[in-house]
Amino acid sequence: MKLIVGQGSCGVAAGAVKVYKALEEEIKNSSADIELGTTGCIGSCYLEPIVDFIDDAGEKTTFVTVDGEKAKEIVKDIVAGKAKENECIIGDEDVEAMAKQKRISLRNCGIINPENIDEYIEAGGYKAIERCIKEMTPEEVIEEVKVSGLRGRGGAGFPTWFKFNAARQSPGDVKYLVCNADEGDPGAFMDRSIIEGDPHALIEGMIVAGYAIGASEGIIYVRAEYPLAIKRLNIAMAQAREKGYLGADLFGEGKFNFDLRIKAGAGAFVCGEETALLESLEGNRGMPRPKPPFPAQKGYWGKPTNINNVETFANIPFILANGGEAFAAVGTEDSKGTKLFALAGKIKKGGLVEVPMGMTIREIIFGIGGGIANDKKFKAVQMGGPSGGCIPAEFLDTPIDYKSIQETGAIMGSGGMVVMDETTCMVDMAKFFLDFTCKESCGKCTPCREGTKRMLEMLERITEGKGEPGDIEKLIDLGEFIKTTSLCGLGQTAPNPVLTTIKYFRDEYEAHINDKKCPAKQCKELLTYTIDPEKCTGCTICARNCPASAITGTLKETHKINQDLCIKCGKCYEVCRFGAVAVE
Amino acid sequence: MVTITMNGKEIKAEKGKTILECARENNIYIPTLCYDETLSIYGGCRLCVVEVEGARNLVASCTTEATEGMVIQTESEKVVKARKNVIDLLLSNHPIDCLTCEKAGNCDLQDVAYRYGVREPSYIGEVIEYAVDDANPVIARDPNKCILCGKCVRVCDEIQVTHAIDFVDRGFGATVGTPFNEPISYEICRLCGQCVSVCPTGALTNRQFEGTRPWEVEKVTTTCSLCGVGCTYDLNVKDGRVVGVTPKPDSIVNGSSLCVKGRFHTDFAYSPDRITTPLIKKDGEFVEASWDEALDFIAEKLNKIKAEDGPDAIAGLSSARCTNEENYLFQKMMKAAIGTNNVDHCART
Amino acid sequence: MACCGCNGKGNVAVKDVDKLDEILSKYEGIKGSLISILQDVQGLYEYLPEEALNYVSEKTGIQRAKIYGVATFYTQFRLDPVGKHVILLCQGTACHVNGAKAIEEAICEELGISEGETTEDGLFTLTNVACLGCCSLSPVMMIDGEVFGKLTPKKAREILKEVKASEE
Repeated sequence: MKLIVGQGSCGVAAGAVKVYKALEEEIKNSSADIELGTTGCIGSCYLEPIVDFIDDAGEKTTFVTVDGEKAKEIVKDIVAGKAKENECIIGDEDVEAMAKQKRISLRNCGIINPENIDEYIEAGGYKAIERCIKEMTPEEVIEEVKVSGLRGRGGAGFPTWFKFNAARQSPGDVKYLVCNADEGDPGAFMDRSIIEGDPHALIEGMIVAGYAIGASEGIIYVRAEYPLAIKRLNIAMAQAREKGYLGADLFGEGKFNFDLRIKAGAGAFVCGEETALLESLEGNRGMPRPKPPFPAQKGYWGKPTNINNVETFANIPFILANGGEAFAAVGTEDSKGTKLFALAGKIKKGGLVEVPMGMTIREIIFGIGGGIANDKKFKAVQMGGPSGGCIPAEFLDTPIDYKSIQETGAIMGSGGMVVMDETTCMVDMAKFFLDFTCKESCGKCTPCREGTKRMLEMLERITEGKGEPGDIEKLIDLGEFIKTTSLCGLGQTAPNPVLTTIKYFRDEYEAHINDKKCPAKQCKELLTYTIDPEKCTGCTICARNCPASAITGTLKETHKINQDLCIKCGKCYEVCRFGAVAVE
Repeated sequence: MVTITMNGKEIKAEKGKTILECARENNIYIPTLCYDETLSIYGGCRLCVVEVEGARNLVASCTTEATEGMVIQTESEKVVKARKNVIDLLLSNHPIDCLTCEKAGNCDLQDVAYRYGVREPSYIGEVIEYAVDDANPVIARDPNKCILCGKCVRVCDEIQVTHAIDFVDRGFGATVGTPFNEPISYEICRLCGQCVSVCPTGALTNRQFEGTRPWEVEKVTTTCSLCGVGCTYDLNVKDGRVVGVTPKPDSIVNGSSLCVKGRFHTDFAYSPDRITTPLIKKDGEFVEASWDEALDFIAEKLNKIKAEDGPDAIAGLSSARCTNEENYLFQKMMKAAIGTNNVDHCART
Repeated sequence: MACCGCNGKGNVAVKDVDKLDEILSKYEGIKGSLISILQDVQGLYEYLPEEALNYVSEKTGIQRAKIYGVATFYTQFRLDPVGKHVILLCQGTACHVNGAKAIEEAICEELGISEGETTEDGLFTLTNVACLGCCSLSPVMMIDGEVFGKLTPKKAREILKEVKASEE
């Protein structure tokens, strides 16, 4: 019998460590013969902490939203032989949501212990690299990747085999392989979950890629904000070295040496751009270099370098172990395989999902994500983070593939999917993303450095009720200019959130500018608080709580808000027990 | 060789050249602010963008290699609009004080604003106010006028190999600065002023030119007299008086480079302590003399010593401020005319 | 002094110089290690003291201007000392749509500081971070490594009061 606790960062944040300790204690107290284990993130963040029970027959029972007390109950129920009756058992709806997914890059996440290489090997790990080195030439490996149709999962969707091939063909004895794990998109945590849940998948993928391009050294550039991921990678690399999967002369064929090292990023979103990443790896400010030359020609220390992201690498072992065709069998004509998404925002069942390409956005949000939190109305979904765009309700049936998503004005991106409901202000949303890119701009090129700042200021004025007719056109103009003239991908995509929200929600911008109203009631400066004399009982609580002394009235008499003094903090609305304060 | 078409004209260009280089070789104007042919390519200002047929975006001509069959427009409507926008954005974060700016008349930003008719910025917003660093007597730094072209950072690192300044912070708040914002001084840099001469705006200025307008000076090319390298530069003369020095980029010896002495030490010409005639000590006091008198006096003494004590009783020490040719002649004179090998140089350490 | 390029700043006393030497010897001869060195130095002092950076410059030959440039580029690096408890407030998209701004306002009001500042008593520093990756618990903040999720302005204030109380 075995109990396994999901201990990814999100599980830990939700209290998985306390649950683990409680289980440990209770098992000890009850002298039950239960083994206790750890695994990575299964993806259902909304159900964390999650505990899996595997009985002697190998049957799995999942307990969700466990806490310390409930953990003890679980052990007691198991000992009493009535595990199935425990109140924490996962609901059918959640099981169904899980079943709709297709797991390739997350194949081992939430199942194996990421800190134990044997479990990865038992699950078929390190077979792919063995096959490559023993049976295939690097060219054949690249061909297999070509057959799979795998495209880069970092955002741009460049064919992976093409990049491998470019680095392979590039002249030079020394070549480098780099994994971009600088996942900076706010609201996305796909890479982190893979590394925390199945670090060997990344390592094996990188060894295969190193063999394909002819590199003997690989570097993983990972965010310093991911301490658990770094820790597990270090453990995994040490174990792989011990088993001979990393180091000199892999599999004793006299063909291939390869080793990996980790370099921690230091907090700069722009370092997700590959040339900025290279600058950072070399110890410099992460300011992008002009392209060409591309990294495949002149990369790390001027040597041919291939850069891919974590999800891309994690797919590689599957492709080489099962064949490119097995991968290509999943997905659509244009986009093969699966894609990971971090589902967050105003959604019922937030978390990490992996779906076959071609599934519609509606199926993901409503089928898997359970729809909108508090049963509000769906308004839009933001894909691709600060580089992407908002997709409105009329495009909910758009299938997930590179081309279809691009046609909406958004991008596939690395997998951030933030759901918004009727209470989300789209102008505020655009402002949020632009504020982010503006802060993260490296400052090298004029359009991004100066332009995003001016766009942000325009949006700030609009949300403060100081917008002027013509502002929308000015935003579009400046946005298009920044897109077409910026030096790197960050600047070239920074205006997307603004441009797509203008495209689909122009009326909201117009309401802010012309009527000085925020339809979603989010922009503070555009709100008016009033007291309904019918409902006001004259309890004085609002007047007592008003920090601006803007409310007048005496006990048992109707209160009134002086609009000139009101700072729109919403305190009166919060404290009124009779619903007498109205917001418009 | 590759063949490209620029503004409808067919051009043959050497393979590997950038679009900008091809344009300049063919006298086609493309404005730049961050480009300098002696420095590494930066690609930051985006003023040099051009339209290339088939390209998704406008491309920076300074970073893009001209390839076979490329069709390029350097002044299309789209290009001009983008350039105006670049200038507009730069001006929106720049003091509009050209009337009193030291750099007026010699300012690349002013020139391109004039050429593209950008009178004033159309964007309103935050302008960060930075303190002006005018603690140093020869270099003034006004970060408010910096457009972050990075030329100063590159020249300091790549040519001067000092790396005394670098970019600080990032994004809209980025500046070029010294470590921990110390004022510029001999403590942290060599005051060569290379940064001043590449600065396209009034962010870095040579304080010796304060009060002088660039059109008021006459440039007189000369050779620096301060050491044997023999750098060529232009003396800037206003009303018959040397105001300061500017580099002469086509100089064979030094290009645009100058050191602290050559660039800033012309003031010695007007020093009241400067010796302008030979002096001969008579009765313990130096007395002014003519060149003939002085040379006769030296020759007589040398001949006397040589006759009485032999040539090796004489030694010659020459100055680092002489040219190579002068130093050559000096040792020749010591060896052939005096007959001794006792000759040395103050800079031989 | 200045003509040797040593900048003459190397003589200022540096605290824990042995540990600093240990860090530097770890990266000796490995080019491109500046960011890793700074991360370790910050691990030692909790921030990057000027004297320590001058010492790093002197020992590694990396110019002070470059070190300062790198230290001010990355958000991880701090040039000022921080409070005893560092509050990392998540600014991820999910937290934003679920009201991170109101949490920030509550924390700022409670502590009397703005984002990036340290309280006068040296107890708290408030830092906004891009994304803590606990999106399903949004809005969240992290204090001393512990995550607090599903925050409301009221809850945030209570948590701070508890931490304060534990100090008295």
